[in-house]
Amino acid sequence: MPPDPILEIRNLSCIIAGRTILHDVSLTVAEGETVVLLGRSGCGKTTLLRAVNGLVAAASGEIRFQGKPAGEWDPILLRRRMGYVMQHAGLFPHWTVAANVGAVPRLENWPEEKIRERVDFLLRAVGLDPGEFRQRYPRELSGGQQQRVGIARSLAADPPLLLLDEPFAALDPITRLDLQRQFLELRRTVRKTALFVTHDVREALMMATRIALLKDGAMELLARPDELRRAQTPEARAFLSALEET
Amino acid sequence: MNRQLASEIVFLSLDHIELVLITIAIAAAAGLPTAVVLARRALARRWVLGFANIAQTIPSLALFGFLLPIPAIGGIGKRTAIVALCLYALLPILRNTVVGILGVDSAVRESAVALGMTRRQILWQVELPLAAPSIIAGLRIATVATIGTATIAAAIGGGGLGVFIFRGISMVDSKTVLAGAVPAAAMALLADEVLEWIERRLSPA
Repeated sequence: MPPDPILEIRNLSCIIAGRTILHDVSLTVAEGETVVLLGRSGCGKTTLLRAVNGLVAAASGEIRFQGKPAGEWDPILLRRRMGYVMQHAGLFPHWTVAANVGAVPRLENWPEEKIRERVDFLLRAVGLDPGEFRQRYPRELSGGQQQRVGIARSLAADPPLLLLDEPFAALDPITRLDLQRQFLELRRTVRKTALFVTHDVREALMMATRIALLKDGAMELLARPDELRRAQTPEARAFLSALEET
Repeated sequence: MNRQLASEIVFLSLDHIELVLITIAIAAAAGLPTAVVLARRALARRWVLGFANIAQTIPSLALFGFLLPIPAIGGIGKRTAIVALCLYALLPILRNTVVGILGVDSAVRESAVALGMTRRQILWQVELPLAAPSIIAGLRIATVATIGTATIAAAIGGGGLGVFIFRGISMVDSKTVLAGAVPAAAMALLADEVLEWIERRLSPA
């Protein structure tokens, strides 16, 4: 028997303000996978991510996390077990880098000494020197550095699942590539399961173990990167031609 | 004579400060929690801020007059004065607190939710600290305005530095007017400076 998948989404539909954003989406994420949600703006990929950690309510269908229906989870506890990285890091501007990274462990009442060690470990893991960056404030960081801190923060309490919402989209191309590589490296070392939203097909091919291609709120295709490269569905061809143009 | 004047200035200044402190304490105790609730309710926010706005437009002397005949809160003396002063102090405190909380970057608030903070934690650890400069600015405006308006409290027997001013007016003696006006102005400037300093300390550089 294979182990329980970390995340199971079954026939999920989401309706926001009378508009159907997601329609009958099913997806299973197994441990160690990085599933990329790929699609154009407004295709519902971010809504899917937000539905997973309860920021958006499901109209119908079911989400199970670690084998337990999302509805049976305490939403606070559920979110603390899912690291979340946003496009703009959303760091707390009045907290230092160390306080930002240690946010969830502190909410979980870890001892200070352990939080400190964890923060230093994670800052190193995302390529920031703890001695230099611990006491800085987010406004003193570049966009790329803020995003590194955001990733470190999402990993802090060692959550079984990472949710990333276009984490590198706002960065310049060089910084973006640097962070993409760092993320791949990080995934090897900490072995994380991730659900990763992007509209960048190149990024999807680079990051994913599997890609879920969303079109108008429905899943058009669920495929490995090599399968996507050969896929013939209309949206897949649209994305692949965008890739060839460059 | 001079000695007597000096001691009366000190006495009425302290009386004035008492009026202001009680007023701001009550207005803040009522206004801050109300503003926190209003920040989450758009409809109630419109009504309450609208009401506070209207209260603000009533000329202060008229408001003191209106309150005099009202049974529980009216009558001659400090209590009526404090009720009226509170009505004026409430608006800046309410409005600035609401604006401060609503002004918190939505990405920051959302990340607080996504991190698994409870509503209470979001309020105390994220929203209020980030709104603090705006809240202090509201308290500053309320305090400075109350120091000025409190001089009118003397008209209904509320005491304070206004006693000099009304006495000076009835005696047509500008020196007596100044004995009330100058300390009140100095007090307002001082309060403004101190609270502005706190406000700056709390603002991100």
